[in-house]
Formats: sequence, structure tokens, C-alpha cells
Amino acid sequence: MTEKSVIPFQGTPEQEAQLKEVIARYHDQPGGLMPALQEAQGIYGYLPVEVQRMIADGMNVSLSEVFGVATFYSQFSLTPKGKHRISVCLGTACYVKGSDKILEAVEEKLGIKSGECTPDGMFSIDSCRCVGACGLAPVMLVDDDVYGKLKPEQVAAIIDSYTE
Amino acid sequence: MEMIHLKINGIPVEVPAGSTVLEAAKAANVDIPTLCYLKDINCIGACRICVVEITGARGLVAACTHPASEGMEVFTNTPKVRKSRKTTLELLLSNHKKKCLSCVRANNCELQKLSVAYGADEDRFMPEDMNKPVDASTPYLVRDNNKCIQCMRCVAACRNVQGVSVIGSIRRGFNVHIGSPFDVPLAETSCVGCGQCIVACPVGALTEKSNEQKVWDAISDPSKKVIFFTAPSVRATLGEEFGEPVGTNVEGKMVSAIRRLGPDHVFNMDVTADLTIVEEANELIERIQNGGKLPMFTSCCPGWVKFLEHNYPELLPNLSSCKSPQQMFGAVLKSYYAQKNNIDPKDLFVVSVIPCTAKKFEVTRKEQMRNDIADVDVALTTRELGRMIREAGIDFSALPDEKFDDPFETASGAGAIFGATGGVMEAALRTAAVKLDGKCDALEFTEVRGTKGIKEASYTVGGVTVRVAVASGLANAREIIEGIRKGERDYQFVEIMACPGGCINGGGQPVQSDSVRNFVDLKTLRAKALYDADSDMELRRSHESPVMDLLYKDFFETPGSHKCHEYLHTTYVERSKYSFE
Repeated sequence: MTEKSVIPFQGTPEQEAQLKEVIARYHDQPGGLMPALQEAQGIYGYLPVEVQRMIADGMNVSLSEVFGVATFYSQFSLTPKGKHRISVCLGTACYVKGSDKILEAVEEKLGIKSGECTPDGMFSIDSCRCVGACGLAPVMLVDDDVYGKLKPEQVAAIIDSYTE
Repeated sequence: MEMIHLKINGIPVEVPAGSTVLEAAKAANVDIPTLCYLKDINCIGACRICVVEITGARGLVAACTHPASEGMEVFTNTPKVRKSRKTTLELLLSNHKKKCLSCVRANNCELQKLSVAYGADEDRFMPEDMNKPVDASTPYLVRDNNKCIQCMRCVAACRNVQGVSVIGSIRRGFNVHIGSPFDVPLAETSCVGCGQCIVACPVGALTEKSNEQKVWDAISDPSKKVIFFTAPSVRATLGEEFGEPVGTNVEGKMVSAIRRLGPDHVFNMDVTADLTIVEEANELIERIQNGGKLPMFTSCCPGWVKFLEHNYPELLPNLSSCKSPQQMFGAVLKSYYAQKNNIDPKDLFVVSVIPCTAKKFEVTRKEQMRNDIADVDVALTTRELGRMIREAGIDFSALPDEKFDDPFETASGAGAIFGATGGVMEAALRTAAVKLDGKCDALEFTEVRGTKGIKEASYTVGGVTVRVAVASGLANAREIIEGIRKGERDYQFVEIMACPGGCINGGGQPVQSDSVRNFVDLKTLRAKALYDADSDMELRRSHESPVMDLLYKDFFETPGSHKCHEYLHTTYVERSKYSFE
């Protein structure tokens, strides 16, 4: 796992002020850790070690507890998302149409694994379960653009079109 | 007390209201197996091994958490219960690395014991992943998550009892495991090495880092002079490794067993417990009379010292500068003793036997070394000594009682009680009282005895009032410190031991299974062995020991002398909470 992200933490003072407000709101609330993490992810886009530390110290819980919650729920991300977010559908229809090969092609093109972000912060990869376009299987999303009936050899050109 | 009545397997039983079904069953002499449940530490009803049938209840019920109630009918041994327990065991075994033949917990493994009892088939389900990394990053502990059954007892010990909380259950699904935040090695966290996780572990997932081989090698090396010494509490617990009842004092057999392992000498570490007291009492009086930093904290517990270094580095000046008795003994051996006997300190191989895993870290402390020579070469836990005795084929229970070797044989009762919470405080008070008022004959300071987590008392001697506090268990230590920082608590002298109950319940002590720990007060029984030893002695004040006379006359001059500071005192290290800070 590459959770200590290669991309340096770039939190702003404004974000920190917002986080402090969130911590103050949930500090004394039983079960407040999860909503605090949700809002923190809303502020930063992900939950880097720096943010988890601030939450642990601010809410007077241990980092091991914070990390346990952050890694249990799949909606929490410990790595930043790229400027362009690639999402490959691994739902049933896409999967039987070979979307695992599409994901492999994306991973190979960018040199990162699903769940990670490229060092230049341009692209991140995730997989998802069905985007409701099974007729177009296999499907990949880049930001809000949908690419259907994909073949692995088309992936590189699509990604390149976002760097131009 | 309100009592309630219920039936366990048809046996009527009366128990106090608030008892669990598990406790009620025990009162009816019915044992219900447990795995995740550890009294006062972990009560989460997660593992489902303790399930029972209750008339009228839907499905099977976890006996460890379910409250007993009036008129309840409980059945602990039905076909449904047995089948459920067996399947639970088989599922646990499917992901358990079954390297049982050579596992140090073989014959003392709760999973193994239950698997035999229920005839569980270890091959019924195929394993998912048996290649989880082993964390051996610290000098004191090895975590093999391939053996872990995720009972959470170690996490509860670390988080709730100790308030250290450097491990947790992380990730999800098949990737769930017990680990540190961001999966950093334990050595990069603020783990204090107390080992309470090890003694909480029902299986072999957590063990001390073994140093037995190093000791065997030294014993068979003719160029080495091997010296063993044993900590106060080891005599009160080693017998458990050989089936003696909890709380049996086996000092004489322990000495003869070690002698049969083949070292050159076996000494009594109570001697340097006495030396610690003479130095520490002197330091306390100096701090009180000369406006030094107060309260003074005891420094003999290496888990506590590391806790302070990580969590409250600003309070390090409050820590007594005295080395621990273990380190003092090593320093005495490699200075005074080596000189007197014309031995090069490099040829001495010093082995401490201690109830503690944190002491394995302590021996590696650079700031306590002289010319890169450590005071102590190897620290062995009580369990490791037990294994060496078994490996040597020594019939422990048939051994004669023998005495420690001269000149480090005689120690005071004050040195013996060092191994229990409050013992260091009482030992120091015995000496300090006489130093402050020559006529004072106070000997037993019962207010600081007992296994309560926090104890307070106030004594006036020779016109000086000393307010003291004693805490064991680091969550209690934290409470004391926070109180001091907020100005709500005010003391001159504070004793802290990291392990609940003190060294007698240390992380290096024999592991007693949940079926014992849930119903027997280990701390009290083991401590009693030390207090009984103390009350049987003539010599009960550290400074009255003839060995102290010898050490100061021959070498150290006076308590707190320059020479004492050179060999017997130390400095501390400011540490951060995580290496990635």
C-alpha cells in the first residue's frame, strides 16, 4: 500500500481553519470520528497522514483508532485524487466483457495501481461497480466523460488526450 | 447485594445481579470457553466461542456479555452449541498458521486447547493468505499476524489498559489485521514495550524477541564469564511455568535451576533494588531540601520511562536520574566487580532475568552505555528462563533450594517488594523516613499497597510532609500526569509502574490463559508472595543492607557521589510519537 503519498501534502491555512471548526464541532460527540473524517475528506479531497494526525490530536483519540476507521470504510481515500479521475467499471456486465483488461491497460499506461495517483497529480485510478451503461460495456469514465465498448489498445490514446 | 436466581444446565445457582451468564455458569461449576473475552480488559462478544442457548432467546447468545437474569434457563452443552463452537474454531483455524509443533505457545495456546476439546478439523476450510509480514522491528517483541485470530485482546490492553494505543484493527475484509497506523513497523511508533499485549494474546501471534540462543552461546564460550541475576518478582512467578500454584515463591529452586544451566554466578537483583532506593531516597531528599524539580517520578520501570519520553518529554526533568535496578546491577558488575576481580568488562556476559519486555529495550539504550559497552548484555523474560530450564532437561519441582552467590546474595525486604505496585514507594519511604528522622521506626506503609490503579498518601517525617502517589497501568499514569499538569494533583514523589499491578504482572511473566485470568486475581496472589518474603525478613530497610556498606565503602563513596552519577545515574531522550513526524 502506498498510503504515505508520494505527492506532498499541500493543505492551505484556509483548509486547516475549516478542519479545526469540524474538530471543534465533533470533539465531544460520541461516534463523532466518522462524520469528522467525512467532512475532512470533503475539505481536502482525501485523508493524508497530516489530516489524520490533526484529527487524532484534536479529538483526543489515538492515530491507530483514526487509521482503523479510515481504512475500514471504502469511501475514505488515503491518497489524493488526480486532476483527472479515471474510473473503470468492474460491474458484472463490464467484467464479463473484459474490463479487467481495461483496468490493467490504464495501470500500465500510468505506472500506478488502482486507488493511487500519479506523482505529477494529473491522474488517479479507481474502479467502480456499474455506472448504468451496461449496453456500452466495458465502460471507463474520465472525469464526466464516458468511454464505452472499449478495447485495451484504445486506452493510451484516450489518456493522452487529457494531457494535451 | 441484590441476588438473582437462574439455572445453568438445570443446576440452580444464585449470583449477584449484574453478573454475566459466563460468571453465573462459573458459580455452577460449569466452564464456558472464551477467546476474545478477558476480564476487565476486553469484553466485546466478538468471537462467538462462548455461545449458549437460553430458553426464549432468539438464536445463540454470547455468554461473556449477556447479563444473567432472574429465572433464566441457560444451556451450555447442547448439540447446537457444540456445533457452533466447532465451526467457529474451524473458521479461525482456516486462517491460522498452524506451526504448532515448535510454537512457543504450544500447550499454552487457547485456540489449540479448544480445538482439541471440540475436535475441530483444521483442514476443513482452505486458508486465504498465510504470508502476512512478521514485525520483528523492536528488540523486545515479534508479531506474526499469520497466527493472529483477531480477538482484539492486545488492542484492548494497549488502548484501554495502557492508553498507549499504537496498534489497532486496520483495513477491511481479508486484509484486516492488527497493526500500527500506516502499517509502520512497531519500532517507529511510541510503543513502550510493556508487553501487556503479549500476555493478553491467546495464541502465538505475539511473543517476546527471544534471546535464549545468545545466552546458550555465551555459556559455552570459555572466554566469557557469564553472570545471571534475577529481578525481585521472578521468584514469585517462575513456578507457574512448571505447574506450581499462582503465588508460589520458588526463589531457592530458581537459583539452583539457573546454576544448572551453567553460568559462572547467580546473583540477587534485589541488591541493586536496595542500591536504587539508597540513591533515589537521597535524590528525593535533596530535591525537597534544595528546591529541585518536584514531584519526582520513579525511574525503575523502563516502559514508564519510554512512555514519558514519547508523551510528556517536558516532564523528563521530574524523572529520577537513577538507572533501574537492572542497569545498576550491570554497571556494578562491569565496574566495581570487574575491577575487584581483575576481569576485563568485555569478557563479562551479564544476563538479567526480568518479568519485563521493556527491559530488552532498556539494555540497548546508548545513553546508558560506557565506552559502547552495555551494562547488561541480555535481558531474559521469566518465560525465556522457563524454556531454557525445560530445554536443559531440569526437573524443576525436584530441585533443592539453593542460595544466591556472594557477594550479591543478601538484600532487604524492601528490595523484594520492588516487584509489586507501591513497593518501590514503600521501600523508598522506609529509607527516606530514617534519613529525615533518625528515630523514625515506620516500616510498613500499607496505604500504598494493593492492586488499585491509583493510590495516594501523605506522610510527615522529621517535620517534612511528603505527599505521594502510586500508579500502575499507563492509563492511570496518564491520569496522574494530566492531574498534575492541570494543578488538580500535587505530590512530591510519584511511583509509576507501566504494568497493572507492577512487575508481578509484567509483560515478560508466564502467560496465564483467559480461563485462569477471568476468575483468579493473579496480581494479588503474586504480590502476596513478595510481601510475605519481606515480612519474614530481619533486614527490611535498603540502606541497612551490609552489601550497601560494602559497595559504598569499596567503590561508590557516598550516595549521590560523583562516582555514583558516573555509573548509576543516567539521562533521558526526548522522543516523538511517530517516526514520520
